Amino acid sequence: MIKNGSNPFQHLEKSAVLQEARIFNETPINPRRCLHILTKIIYLLNQGEHFGTTEATEAFFAMTRLFQSHDQTLRRMCYLTIKEMANISEDVIIVTSSLTKDMTGKEDVYRGPAIRALCRITDTTMLQAIERYMKQAIVDKVPSVSSSALVSSLHMVKGSYDVVKRWVNEAQEAASSDNIMVQYHALGLLYHLRKNDRLAVTKMLNKFTKSGLKSPFAYCMLIRIASKLLDETEGGHDSPLFDFIESCLRNKNEMVVYEAASAIVHMPNCTARELAPAVSVLQLFCSSPKAALRYAAVRTLNKVAMKHPSAVTACNLDLENLITDSNRSIATLAITTLLKTGSESSVDRLMKQISSFVSEISDEFKVVVVQAISALCQKYPRKHSVMMNFLSNMLRDDGGFEYKRAIVDCIISIIEENPESKETGLAHLCEFIEDCEHTVLATKILHLLGKEGPRTPQPSKYIRFIFNRVVLESEAVRAAAVSALAKFGAQNDDLLPSVLVLMQRCMMDSDDEVRDRATFYMNVLQQKQKALNAAYIFNGLSVSVPGLEKSLHQYTLEPSEKPFDMKTVPLATAPITEQKTEIAPVATSKLPEKLAPSRQDIYQEQLSGIPEFQGLGPLFKSSEPVQLTEAETEYVVRCIKHTFARHMVFQFDCTNTLNDQLLQKVVVQMEPSESYEVIHYVPAASLPYSQPGSCYTLVRLPDDDPTAVSCTFSCTLKYLVRDCDPNTGEPDDDGYDDEYVLEDLEVTVADHIQKVLKPNFGAAWEEVGDEFEKEETFALASVRTLDEAVGNIVSFLGMQPCERSDKVPENKNSHVLFLAGVFRGGHDVLVRARLALADGVTMQVTVRSSEETVVDVILASVG
Amino acid sequence: MLSTLGSVQTLSLLEFELKYVLLQEPSLYTVKAVFILDNDGTRLLSKYYDPELYPTMKEQKNFERNVFNKTHKADNEIAFLEGMTIVYKSSIDLFFYVVGSAQENELMLMSVLNCLFDSLSQILRKNVERRCLLDNMEGVFLVVDEIIDGGVILECDPQQVLQKVNYRVRLSLTTSVCPSMWMCHYF
Repeated sequence: MIKNGSNPFQHLEKSAVLQEARIFNETPINPRRCLHILTKIIYLLNQGEHFGTTEATEAFFAMTRLFQSHDQTLRRMCYLTIKEMANISEDVIIVTSSLTKDMTGKEDVYRGPAIRALCRITDTTMLQAIERYMKQAIVDKVPSVSSSALVSSLHMVKGSYDVVKRWVNEAQEAASSDNIMVQYHALGLLYHLRKNDRLAVTKMLNKFTKSGLKSPFAYCMLIRIASKLLDETEGGHDSPLFDFIESCLRNKNEMVVYEAASAIVHMPNCTARELAPAVSVLQLFCSSPKAALRYAAVRTLNKVAMKHPSAVTACNLDLENLITDSNRSIATLAITTLLKTGSESSVDRLMKQISSFVSEISDEFKVVVVQAISALCQKYPRKHSVMMNFLSNMLRDDGGFEYKRAIVDCIISIIEENPESKETGLAHLCEFIEDCEHTVLATKILHLLGKEGPRTPQPSKYIRFIFNRVVLESEAVRAAAVSALAKFGAQNDDLLPSVLVLMQRCMMDSDDEVRDRATFYMNVLQQKQKALNAAYIFNGLSVSVPGLEKSLHQYTLEPSEKPFDMKTVPLATAPITEQKTEIAPVATSKLPEKLAPSRQDIYQEQLSGIPEFQGLGPLFKSSEPVQLTEAETEYVVRCIKHTFARHMVFQFDCTNTLNDQLLQKVVVQMEPSESYEVIHYVPAASLPYSQPGSCYTLVRLPDDDPTAVSCTFSCTLKYLVRDCDPNTGEPDDDGYDDEYVLEDLEVTVADHIQKVLKPNFGAAWEEVGDEFEKEETFALASVRTLDEAVGNIVSFLGMQPCERSDKVPENKNSHVLFLAGVFRGGHDVLVRARLALADGVTMQVTVRSSEETVVDVILASVG
Repeated sequence: MLSTLGSVQTLSLLEFELKYVLLQEPSLYTVKAVFILDNDGTRLLSKYYDPELYPTMKEQKNFERNVFNKTHKADNEIAFLEGMTIVYKSSIDLFFYVVGSAQENELMLMSVLNCLFDSLSQILRKNVERRCLLDNMEGVFLVVDEIIDGGVILECDPQQVLQKVNYRVRLSLTTSVCPSMWMCHYF
């Protein structure tokens, strides 16, 4: 309380201060009192007090009278007031002549600040009037005047570039000043005026790097300019610019040395040898008594460790010394750097160290720690129990959304990588959602519980946590909880009666979405049919959401007797992520995820615009681009294979890299090896130099033999060449036909299958049933490991691995791989491959599908 | 509501680097903000130079509060908060902060902070404490104005700053005076 009394500005009233400001008009002026009032006004503005235009203008005009006084401090405070009020008072230009007088007057103390105040209230048209004075001021021999003029010019470049750029000669002259600040400001202004002219920047750099500068600030600026130029010109590291930056590592000033080291570290494609000198100066800084320098060094080393961990190992000892640093940011960065460079044996010790102070560090650094843990878990999977413990403690601490999300993501990925950690992980997450303010995280965890919980040994223990959400939370979380409950009911027969009771209660929820879900699941569950459960509870929609929206819209436009057919909707290309199956959280999440149209949706749009491709039906699958030419040839061609129900469209993206040719009527002629029939070519009308264009070929798939899925096409690029002037691009009148042989294009079974993620493969397997099940055993003689075998099968069939079965646990001799997909025409297809490693790999493949030919196709193509 | 604002602005170090390091344009605009708080975290002076950074008074005060909470207990000199590098220094019941972007040269920010502190220390005759500072507020405004202009470092030599400001410490207009100053017998 005593302290409050001692603040002369406490309880200042704006109106009282403005009242006091009337004494500005008294004669003679009392400088001391006026000064105090101006201070109060500036103090109030600084505290965020709002001044109305009228009252501000009134005070401003009264203030102008104070220019009559010759008290230095009072005059200086007038300049400050002008700057502070420039935006809130009207007609501030009234002080222009007073300021111009001070700017050109004899009192050096006034000149610099007057220039800065004047430029603050000057616009482009008025700037012309004072241009002469500005030019003089820039080259003034008094450093404060020159600096003020240069910095003010820099501020005005944004609004009055055309005027300021005329002062470049003056700035050039100022750059050779002996005063270090003038030099720095001149360099900054010169660069700003010339930055779009690379040649001028290069010249400027050459000049200053040769002549040398006095100001460390200017050196830092030069290093930044040099590294930007290096980056833009992709100059090799043998360029004089790189030499200059490297030479700055030996500068006397630490600021410059650090700037240079940081610039080298941030260069893309830096080799370990080029990094070494930068790393060793950073290493020296690690033992500096200045905290800022230690921080700067370890932060930069941390960055190096991301790309070149081995380059940092030399500093391990110095980093070890920093892990007990009293500045926790430094300690955290040191530890996370060591976690990246150190060995598995040091992990426990480092984690113990960091947990001793994790509560003291800011969220930003906590996220850094979680990211380091996440990376470690992938590197050393055996450490997951230590990590899980640590994460669960972090989860209990306070923290913002980003931090909590990082932890939850990390725990989820540990659960997915390490099945034995599943129950502990789920228990921690259950505890977390009991008191979780973040809707997005709660729904995400509920979804995970629904997926993983029913398959744990004791599913019943999760029900309580889930149903608590139904009672306590917001709509989005309640809806997610209902979906999770349904999965328990569908998977576990003994839980079903209880789940149905709970579901019945949810049907009386106040929210539509929650009630709808509960009613829907209630009815599905009551049927007690495995196939229904699989289709509607475990494995949701696998179609592309924008595609579904478009198809439904189309359906409503053309009323028809036929019911809407889901098979006409294009499938989602990327495996559906967990967030997207939960419809509800979008409205309440802070960062709503937009459903951007996928790559395939874009192709669908493009292809449907071409008249020849009308009536092909929905686009089933688009392949990754396949290169049909070597890099750096005359013409660069790549192909994207688009699969439709009965046709394929080959899209050839061509680029002409010859600047003396214009290509016209470009097509790719295709000769199939099988009974595929080429029915149409859509040429690219014209292909000027370096402008990519596309041509298309439409092919009918053989109807009579549905098992003929693979085919090889020999391709030739055919076109009309018109030579042209490389400089103007003007083509000759006449052209001639020419052709260019491309590499062969393969169509394989993978082009006919779209990946689909089945979150619960077992349920899907039951749903499809064994009506068309077939099984065969193969020996993969050339394959040496299970990993390799899994990789080969997945890429060959182009199907989606489910239940993370593409990850082969270490030291196992056998493995089961689950694959899911949809065959062209909309038939679900599932593959179970049992692999055994002996002398080579033996594989027993079981295929199920709703269509017999599909099963045959798969087995035939594997064989 | 406050926590919502806070967490949206919170970007991890990594995201920040991805977003800005490659786009960094060499420029003289080094300082994003400077502020002086008392030991309750109350603003005594603050200047924000980047109009995009915390455009409203409410956001500014939130930021200052957050920074104060994270820094006032340990005198650590440097921190990274809300995607900003912050260097700071305390003296008796005052806290001085200089804020720069995540990829700013920390030593440059330090030189600004040191210049601010040393200049004020000389102006206030080593009595760098709240009372004395408030009694000479005009001098403090002028010192800050001479060190940073619109985010550009104008001067970082305390002697030069003092010469330009040419401000003489004096007793306050109110009846109260700096007690420690009496003891030092400067007057």
